[in-house]
Amino acid sequence: MHSPNGMHSPNGMHSPNGMHSPNGMHSPNRTMGMKRNRVAAFAGGVPWWLVLLAGLGIISVGTALSNATYRVIFGAVARGFGVTMTVAVVSYAASLLLGLLLGLARASRARPLREASTFYIELVRGLPMLVILYYIAFVGAPALAGLLNALLAPLIKLGVIAAFQSRSFSFATRAVLALTLGYAAFIAEIFRAGIESVDKGQIEAAHALGLSHSQTMIRVVLPQAVRNVLPALANEFIAIVKDSALVSVLGVQDITQIGKVYAASTFMFFETYNVVAFFYLCLTVSLSMLVRALERRLKRESVR
Amino acid sequence: MSAFIRIENAVKTFGDPERGGVPARDCVRALDGVTLTVEQGEVVLVIGPSGSGKSTLLRSVNRLEKLDSGEIWIGDDSVTARHADLRRIREDAGMVFQSFNLFAHMTILENVSLAPRIVRKLSATEAREHAAAILARVGLSDKLDRFPRQLSGGQQQRAAIARALAMTPKALLFDEPTSALDPEMIKEVLDVMTGLADEGMTMMVVSHEMGFARAAADRVVFMDKGRIIEQGTPDELFARPKEERTRDFIRHIL
Repeated sequence: MHSPNGMHSPNGMHSPNGMHSPNGMHSPNRTMGMKRNRVAAFAGGVPWWLVLLAGLGIISVGTALSNATYRVIFGAVARGFGVTMTVAVVSYAASLLLGLLLGLARASRARPLREASTFYIELVRGLPMLVILYYIAFVGAPALAGLLNALLAPLIKLGVIAAFQSRSFSFATRAVLALTLGYAAFIAEIFRAGIESVDKGQIEAAHALGLSHSQTMIRVVLPQAVRNVLPALANEFIAIVKDSALVSVLGVQDITQIGKVYAASTFMFFETYNVVAFFYLCLTVSLSMLVRALERRLKRESVR
Repeated sequence: MSAFIRIENAVKTFGDPERGGVPARDCVRALDGVTLTVEQGEVVLVIGPSGSGKSTLLRSVNRLEKLDSGEIWIGDDSVTARHADLRRIREDAGMVFQSFNLFAHMTILENVSLAPRIVRKLSATEAREHAAAILARVGLSDKLDRFPRQLSGGQQQRAAIARALAMTPKALLFDEPTSALDPEMIKEVLDVMTGLADEGMTMMVVSHEMGFARAAADRVVFMDKGRIIEQGTPDELFARPKEERTRDFIRHIL
């Protein structure tokens, strides 16, 4: 009935910090007896945790619609929704790209590439995301401005472009950069695990047909590697949606920041954080259900 | 007839301690000075106990394994030269694996048309037509759009042979092509191989299939511990082996 979770993810590459993996928290345990199976079938196979969450959601929406205070808070916090999604989507897209490059380097046969990417990955994974965020915002941004000024010095002298300053980069940009650099390290490890999960025979067969290393990588290894780690990659998006709340420490106007400011000015902490939590849960629970559906589909295809 | 594959004094050691491998006592000398020539159009069967180096020898011919010393030529091309033209070598000598190794994410037609398209630079249409024609030859015309996992082992191995043939190789290397198959599927693969032998394909086959040896092999080579112990026609080797080790081995597989 349900697919055991994590089937498709090669070992040891679940979630980077363990806190955001929805896997395993509900997985229908194998000891589930016949009786409970029948109950589940009676409920249309819908798991209880989902019914409970959906019920909470309906109650929340009902309250929000009927209660004037909640309506106001909803309206206020909703203004941060776009920022949260933009930060999450842009950081995710960029970290997929950077992560793929790092993952390829990590699985490369060229030792300097392998060592360099391992160095980066170990360094970044050893830092709390919050520290990465502060570091990029207050150390990285001035350094980047200095670097660009040095590189583009001729153009700046000619007055074609203005010299860069730290504040040339908005805090939103710095936040996206920090999330990208941090998540790229985790995503690189997922890609590496995916690449290593592809049977060696596939690579030999491609080589035996005269395909070069890069042709083998692009045509044979990567398509299978990505397919194997698709659920794990999707889980990273859920994680980045949640970690995007960290950008509030830089004053970026996302859901969390707006909630924080609103609660502080009205003293309605209870109501405001209920609404904030509701927004995140709507996003993450629906996304994690999509990941589940994806896992089931991939599993069905692989045994077809 | 002229020599097509020439192997001279091939040596290969696995787990070389000098390269940071396993301790010296665990080193395996897979090839211990092998010299062998395969003539144009000849079918050579290589037999021997597991660990005798027969697969390593085969895999050295298209340089899936790199020799420690010794030389190999395919036609006029050196396989073992430092800057060997690997693409050319692998176009000349196609390979069929024990576990088929069909590309799992591609249909049978895509499997067979990939290399002609990517390596030979045929257009997509040309490559497809070429692949479909070859798949028809191995009797898989009705499976073009299936994925490998939807096929039986025998069908998969025939598709893998078609994939190798699609590059119009001058020789084919078979690495235990029927060892992973259920008994009832062995014949369909051997029939395809016998057909190729009859058409004059140069073949080097690592296998213990007596039926194929009798029907198609020109020569049988017996290897043990990285060396060629004895070789001859199938009749000579199977009926009147000269060496004690060959006799022992043949008693075991017959």
